[in-house]
This record gives sequence, C-alpha cells and structure tokens, in this order.
Amino acid sequence: MIRAHVLCCGGTGCTSSGSPKIQETFTSEIQKQGLSDEIRVVQTGCFGLCALGPVVIVYPDGTFYSHVTVEDVPEIVEEHLLKGRVVERLVYNEVAAGTAQSDMGEAHASLNDTTFYKSQQRLALRNCGVINPENIDEYIAMDGYRALGKVLTEMTPDEVISTILDSGLRGRGGAGFPTGLKWKFASGNRGKVQKYVCCNADEGDPGAFMDRSVLEGDPHAVIEAMAIAGYAIGADQGYIYVRAEYPIAVKRLQIAIAQAKEYGLLGKDIFGTGFNFDLDIRLGAGAFVCGEETALMTSIEGKRGEPRPRPPFPAVKGLFGQPTILNNVETYANIPQIILNGAEWFSSIGTEKSKGTKVFALGGKIRHTGLVEVPMGTTLRHIIEEIGGGIPNGKKFKAAQTGGPSGGCIPAHLIDTPIDYESLQAIGSMMGSGGLIVMDEDNCMVDIARFFLEFTVDESCGKCTPCRVGTRRLLEILDKIISGNGEMEDLDRLEELANYIKSASLCGLGQTAPNPVLSTLRYFRDEYIAHIVDKRCPAGVCKKLISYKIDPEKCIGCGMCAKNCPADAIHKTSYVAPGHKLPSMEIDTAKCVKCGACMDSCKKIQAISKG
Amino acid sequence: MKSLAELAEIRERMKDKIALREGNNEIRIVVGMATCGIAAGARPVLNAFVEGVNAQGLEDHVTVTQTGCIGICQYEPVVEVFQAGKDKVTYVKMTAEKAARVISEHIKGGKVVEEYTITYAKKA
Repeated sequence: MIRAHVLCCGGTGCTSSGSPKIQETFTSEIQKQGLSDEIRVVQTGCFGLCALGPVVIVYPDGTFYSHVTVEDVPEIVEEHLLKGRVVERLVYNEVAAGTAQSDMGEAHASLNDTTFYKSQQRLALRNCGVINPENIDEYIAMDGYRALGKVLTEMTPDEVISTILDSGLRGRGGAGFPTGLKWKFASGNRGKVQKYVCCNADEGDPGAFMDRSVLEGDPHAVIEAMAIAGYAIGADQGYIYVRAEYPIAVKRLQIAIAQAKEYGLLGKDIFGTGFNFDLDIRLGAGAFVCGEETALMTSIEGKRGEPRPRPPFPAVKGLFGQPTILNNVETYANIPQIILNGAEWFSSIGTEKSKGTKVFALGGKIRHTGLVEVPMGTTLRHIIEEIGGGIPNGKKFKAAQTGGPSGGCIPAHLIDTPIDYESLQAIGSMMGSGGLIVMDEDNCMVDIARFFLEFTVDESCGKCTPCRVGTRRLLEILDKIISGNGEMEDLDRLEELANYIKSASLCGLGQTAPNPVLSTLRYFRDEYIAHIVDKRCPAGVCKKLISYKIDPEKCIGCGMCAKNCPADAIHKTSYVAPGHKLPSMEIDTAKCVKCGACMDSCKKIQAISKG
Repeated sequence: MKSLAELAEIRERMKDKIALREGNNEIRIVVGMATCGIAAGARPVLNAFVEGVNAQGLEDHVTVTQTGCIGICQYEPVVEVFQAGKDKVTYVKMTAEKAARVISEHIKGGKVVEEYTITYAKKA
C-alpha cells in the first residue's frame, strides 16, 4: 500500500536545472531502501515557485524541498521517507519558519501554509504540480472529462454558451473579450458548415510562461475544454497552435491527445452521443506576430504568418475561410470547472467586470520568481509584497510592467491598483497575457521602453507601414536620447508618432507596440528629461551616459580592477595617496567599455564610483 | 471508453491514489520512525495503519505520516493520534494487530483504546 507520494516538478524551469535526474535518483534510492511498495515517485507540472527549483514535494505531509540536488536525494529518502525526519536544511526557509507545534502535532513544513500559496486561488493551475500530466487517469481522478460528459449528455450547445456567457469569463490572452460572446458569434448554422476550434498557445511576451505551464502541468484540461467548445459551436476539428520552443509542452500534449483518443474522449461518437471531435497540434516557428489571431490562422493554413484586416472576424470567416473560435490556453483551462461548478460560482470570484482569477508570471526584481494565480481585483501591492516576497537586496520598488511589449508600466504610487482589465487600461497598461516584470531603482525606464520596442521592431511582420516603419523610427529616437543626443522636441515627436502607430496599424502588434513608450513617458518623464537635459542616466544603466572613476585618495593600488578590465583601460599612475604604499590606478575613459567589472572587483575598498 | 459509467469507474479507482496529495487533516496518525522506532518494529505498524485506513475507506479524513524520535524510546513503537479540538492520544508498544484495533475502535468508532495508551502503560 502506498503511504507517501514524492512529487518532482517536471516543468521547464525545474527540468533545465536537473529535475529528471533527481526523479531517477529518487526511484533508485527508494528501491535501495526497499520502500518501492510504499512510496510513489510522480512527475508533475509546475508548482509555481520556479526561483526555488528544482522543487520536490512529499505528501501526505506536503513538505516542500527547494533547490534539491541529486546528492541530496539519498538523505531525503533515508531521513524523511524511511525515518520520518524532515531534512530541515532543504526545506524552503519561509516554510521552515512556519513549522510550529500546533494542536495537530508537528505542522510539518507544509507548502500550503506559505504566504506564497495561501493568498492564491488556483483555478487554471489547480492541477499543476498536483497530478502527473502524462497520466490521463490522474486527470480523471480530479474530475477530469466529467464536464465534457455533462455537456454532451445533459446540456444543449446553447446552454453551454449561455453558461460561459453568464460566468463572465473573458479572454486571458490579453484583450479580454468575453469568451461566451465569441462562441455565440460562431454558433450559427451548426452541422451545416465546417467549423474549427483553435487554441492559441503561441505565448510570446517576454517574461510570460503561464500557458506553457498549463500545457506542461495539465494538458488534458485544455483538450477537454476544446472538445466542449467544439460541441458548443458545432465544430468537429480543433487545432492547438503551440510554439516549437516549448518542447516539453508539445510532448505532453502529444501524449495527452493520444491517451484521450485511446479512451475515446476524442474521436468519433464520444460517450456514445454521436458527437465527434478531433484535435491536432500545429507548431509555430516562434514569430511573435503569430500570437495575433488572424496571423495564427494564416500560419495554420501553411502560409506566411501575417495578419489580415478584421472584419471579417474569425467567428464568420476564420481558419480555411470557415467560422472559427480561437481562445487562449488559460481561458480554456477555466472552462471545465465553470461547467462543473456553474456560472454563478465563477462569477462570484473577482470584480464586477473581471470575473475569476488570473495567472501571472512574476519576474524581474522579485524574490519569488514564478507563477501565481490570484482572484481578479487583487492589488499589485499584494502580489508583489506578499506573494512575491518583495524586492530582494533591500532595493526600492520602482515600477511593474504588465502586458509585455503591448503593455505599460505601473509606477510605485499606483501600487494599490486592483488588477483587472479596466483598472489596468485606465492607468495606461493592460492585462496582456499576464507577464509581470518587477523593476527596482536600478532599472532605467527609458532603457526598459527601448528594450520592449526593440522587441516589437524585430517582431513586426512588415505587412503594414505604420508598424514596420513607425516602430523603427520610435526606436531611433529612443537610441538618440539614450546616447545623450536627445532634444526636448524628441519627446513630442515620440508621442505624436506613437499615437499614429496606435491608430493606423493593421493588427494588435502595431496597435499596442507604442504602449511601453507612452506609459513610461507618462509616469517617468523626469527620467527622459534627465537623459536629454542633464545628459545623465539616473539609474546608471545607459552606458553612453555613465562613466567610471577611481578615487585616487581611496585607491590602495592593488590592481584588481586592472586585472579584471576586459578592455585594458586601467593603468597605474605615479600618485601615491598619503598613508598608502602603492600608486593609485586610473581609468582611460576613451578605452572604457563601461562593463562595471572594475567596480565589482573593488567592492571591499569602494574606490570606484559610477556617475 | 463508451460511457460515463466507465469514466466514473476510473475516477473512483484513481481517487484513492490521489487523495494523499490533498492534505486531509481531520485526523493525523503519526508513527515514530526514528532508529529506536524502526528497531522496535515501527515499519509494520506504519504499513498496517496505511493499509487499515485505506481498507476502511477513511483516507478522506485521515492522514498517516511519520515523525522522528519522540523521546520515549523504551515505549517504541509509539503512535500518536491528533484530532482537532481533542487531546492528543499516545499509543505505545504498538504492533500491526494493535493498529487494526485502534483504527476500528478509535479512528472509526471515536473510542480511545485505553489499554494501549501511555497513561495505561505507566500505571501498569
């Protein structure tokens, strides 16, 4: 009889830090101790605390081990699994601190007690890190495919659509269009015309990885939801468009689809109801624009991934010219639970106009890099300070960037903004797919705007002029400012051009590309002005505007800086400061590449400054 | 699979296997598994509890887990039962057979098996 489960995270983050080998070692060590009949090793999807990976959780206690190495495994097996002693040194410290004697006995370092998990509400991620994504039976145990059974046997397609409409679910890919409405538009002429159900898994925003995690951790939820969508609009074929850069997600989807077909949950006559639905995967080649719905469908058709004007909307004329619905991975992941628990349950979560939860990929200057899912309306402060654990190294919060290259920055004074579609839009940002990049005082906002703009310039497909040429001109102006050649008129030029691009571009990529520039101009204009007027980068990031200097009075002449300088720009002078034995060093600013290596090497003496 | 009944069957069969991960904590049975415990035969006791809880269909409410040395090595194998709002019960010198009785009378029936407890052992 199995008495404990060892869950090893098999998400992309933990896999790249060696979790497959750890899992193997667990299996062999458990065998060695003769515990194979008592303990099961399970590979799961992402737990969310990616910064602490590789992550291992032992149930039933829920003990949370972080940064596990292969060498740690024999100790965990012998101490914890055999002798029942938690290996404290590997337990994530916040959990360890919470380990206390309670009236339930030793409250063993449980994951669920951490602030990271306590204030989350996991709907889309509910099975991630809990079940083995490569085992359909575990999904079924968590009520999997029960929603599909329910719609096929108890509900009419119109009832399904009205349930989704009533739930208030909106697209999680960025724009926030009501999902039920999308389905309704595509629902006419059921059975008379060929229709398609598509899933947008072309997650491209820098810093966003929630769709990948859902596909890796709970692929069947997406498959089930797509079959439900197929029933609702009258489609018998679906396509998942996923980027080829997500090999683990693709592999788990393939396994999941094969298992669903074997069980008859995909294919002909599902549950004997006469409903047919088949699913195929299409791999994207990593073009950002293919996340735009019309470009995505053009790409599935085998053509070059370029957007086309709307209308006609996909619901009328989509894939192969037929009515099509396209939803994001996270949107689908919510569907089965809405069907099972009802529209009312779902709409009770969140705010008035934004229902349910949203998954955010926390990144940047934050302690708990990873995935979190919170009810809509949770404040940014709560996500960053409580769940995210705050900013490391005692730095100050400066801004958060949401929505990736299409979104904007939220400055520190708006940190109490509730996160929902409308509130974010009102302050010049957007929900986007849910990337949330945290920035501290060391980040230069002009540089951030430039970073995202460079991304969109690279990724612009080139079909329409405002986006192709306009974004490039924007970037050139930013480059001019960053290199110290900016003039005050450039700020007006930026704004004027940005608004032209927004209003005249063909698709969402161009229409939102100027957002990072506009929002940083709105909230951090003083930084732009510092670059232009004072020729100074306040955060000390823009290389052309900073210089390194050695204080000859402090320098002890050890020469560590010269040794570390890759450009050979540091030399000895003839000056020996009073009280010092060796002559001080000097930087040749003409040769300096401003890498900062000298400053890092002088941490003890602190004779080198940046300005 | 052609019917909802088959789906339900898989769900029921698998549910027990997943239940461990849901942290059901109404009752916690903790078996002392330090060197002293293992030497005194705690492993068959632990297994007996795990099997007994599952056999009686109690896995939704009861968690069986282990701990290190409690400090009363002469009484090993020691098993403690925690239940919210009730005093902790400490069973001593446990065996697989005694475990079966604890499950049916205490865990299921709510009546502590007095003669296995430490208070009883100390008096005797």
